[in-house]
Amino acid sequence: MSGQGAERLKVLLVDDELGYLEVLQKRMSKRNLEVTPVSSGTEAVRQAREQRFDVAVVDLKMEDMDGIEVLKVLKMMDPKMAVIILTGHGSEQAAREGMALGAFDYLTKPCELSDLLTRIYASQER
Amino acid sequence: MQTARVRPATYYRSLTRNLVLFVVVISLLPLFLTGAIILYQFKQAYQTKVEENLEVLLNKHRRTIDAFLVDRLADIRVLARSYTVPELENPAFLKAKLSLLREEYNGVYVDLGLVDDKGAQVAYAGPYNLTGANYSTAQWFKQATGSEHFVSNVFAGLRGSPHFIVAAKKRYQGRDWLLKATIDFESFNALVENIRMGETGFAFILNRQSEFQTKPRQEVILASGAWREILHQPLDPGKVTIVERPDSLDQDMIYAAAPLKKGQWIICAQQEVSDAFVHLVQAQRAAIAIFVLGGLAIVVATLILARRLVRRIAEADEQKETMNEKMIEAGRLASIGELAAGIAHEINNPVAIMVEEAGWIEDLMSDEGPMSEETLAEIQRAVQQIQEQGDRCKQITHKLLSFARKTDPTIKPVDINNLVAEVLGLVGQKSRYAGVKLTTTLDKDLPRVAASPSELQQVLLNLVNNAVDAISSEGGTVKVTTSLENGAVRMSVSDTGIGIADANLARIFDPFYTTKPVGQGTGLGLSICYGIINKLGGEIKVTSAKGKGSTFTVILPARQDSAPAPTGAPQAGQG
Repeated sequence: MSGQGAERLKVLLVDDELGYLEVLQKRMSKRNLEVTPVSSGTEAVRQAREQRFDVAVVDLKMEDMDGIEVLKVLKMMDPKMAVIILTGHGSEQAAREGMALGAFDYLTKPCELSDLLTRIYASQER
Repeated sequence: MQTARVRPATYYRSLTRNLVLFVVVISLLPLFLTGAIILYQFKQAYQTKVEENLEVLLNKHRRTIDAFLVDRLADIRVLARSYTVPELENPAFLKAKLSLLREEYNGVYVDLGLVDDKGAQVAYAGPYNLTGANYSTAQWFKQATGSEHFVSNVFAGLRGSPHFIVAAKKRYQGRDWLLKATIDFESFNALVENIRMGETGFAFILNRQSEFQTKPRQEVILASGAWREILHQPLDPGKVTIVERPDSLDQDMIYAAAPLKKGQWIICAQQEVSDAFVHLVQAQRAAIAIFVLGGLAIVVATLILARRLVRRIAEADEQKETMNEKMIEAGRLASIGELAAGIAHEINNPVAIMVEEAGWIEDLMSDEGPMSEETLAEIQRAVQQIQEQGDRCKQITHKLLSFARKTDPTIKPVDINNLVAEVLGLVGQKSRYAGVKLTTTLDKDLPRVAASPSELQQVLLNLVNNAVDAISSEGGTVKVTTSLENGAVRMSVSDTGIGIADANLARIFDPFYTTKPVGQGTGLGLSICYGIINKLGGEIKVTSAKGKGSTFTVILPARQDSAPAPTGAPQAGQG
């Protein structure tokens, strides 16, 4: 897989479920990804300001900031950043909205880690 | 335990009873009144008629009897004036005159006699041997010598059988002579006895001393009762006195009396009322029979109709209840549908964690080489996390199940505070994502209310759901307050949302009325709430200010036996 050798892909993981963040970070790190977990939209924006990310995996529904809002801000800050929507709220409408706003793809929770990884790598092959 | 759903059988029984009573009274009362008035008028008219008839009858007979007496007296006076005493002293002459009179008057005259001023009968013609009889001490003789002519009372006299005397005075050679005739009692009696009224009416004649001048057809008691009363009062000479009284046997009688023979005698008549009023009684009986039969027919018809009507009403009520139940169920499903997306998200989070933790264990176990203690500890942590997230799932499904159970209309004591906590638990996720803060101000000493827990839960869920929906994307607050006021439990849901337009406020509890876009609201939620609260004997009210928010308040009567619900106790009907 491309990108695996030289430099590790930098992934911003945005979800208000701490338990989910924790285990996902562990599994993705084990698969040679550099994961920065954040539990809120505000935190995600701050992180994005501090460093560049290749991919952002964003939950759609969070308490402080809507996932769609986060997507908009991130895309504004770094149009090259691939944003993948990961949500428990499996709504066609929200997903279409996300795609229209420049999201690369969307996945519904719970999903296979392999599916998520496939999307992440696919986003880097463009 | 009671259900408010189906009306008790006693309700329909009392409805039938009231219907029957109402219709029967309404239809029988005019019938009864009309009948009574007509009967009364008829009775009055009939009584007047009976009395008039009686008066006419008595007057007619009074005249007849008076005329009879006057005629007899006139006969004797003519005889006395026409002939001299020597002529009259001749028994053969007297006998010839007597037979002439008997021939002319059909045996009314019994005998003829001439009495001198000493009371000695100097001449006699008749069936008895009374020549030379001395009347000087007789009552009639004393009275007769005092006037020109005289009609005596009825008496037995020397012959021992009832008779009366008609006498005329004649002067001859300085002495007074009396020509007297005896009138046959039987023929006079027949005059009076012929007076008949109906089956039981008869007449008789009395003198001033209340002695019978004719023989009454039945025994008559003069010493007491109505007769005593009538005979003790002066009688109006030109009029007939009529009195209606019960007799000694308690039978209603009509008594009538009129004076005759210049007030010396009284003609009396009596008749049983039932006989006098026989036609009236017949009419009364017919009227009562018609009233009773007609009344019975009305009662029977009303009973049948009322039963049929009430059965229809009961059927309609039953259908309405079934419809109501279906509507509540539909509203319930709609509410759950609204929550479904939020709950799906809520449950997907722990499931996603569980899936990932399991994957993580797999990752760790697939590592080559011996397992370090660190790895083991990590696996243990992951397993624990899976258990915790499993518990979370269980709690969510429990919350959902507590609501998704079929509606149970059974009335139980319900702790409103518990209910609030339960419903807010359900709506929590939805409101979090909508940026709505849920707050509560709960009265800890709130008494329980009698209600169906599942129905009341639905009401509150509807109100809170609506409140959250009313708040725009900028966020706001939904506040649930419980309190006890004037013995009633109040539960209000206030939001800081868009508010309700005045025009919509009036129709807000109408079924199928909604301001939500087509396909997003059934318009049934609030109408169902209204129905549920109304059925519990409570009240649901709304106040709203456009742009500032709305407050829905539910007021329910506290249970009579209610003590404050123990804090944190499981709500009745839960589990």
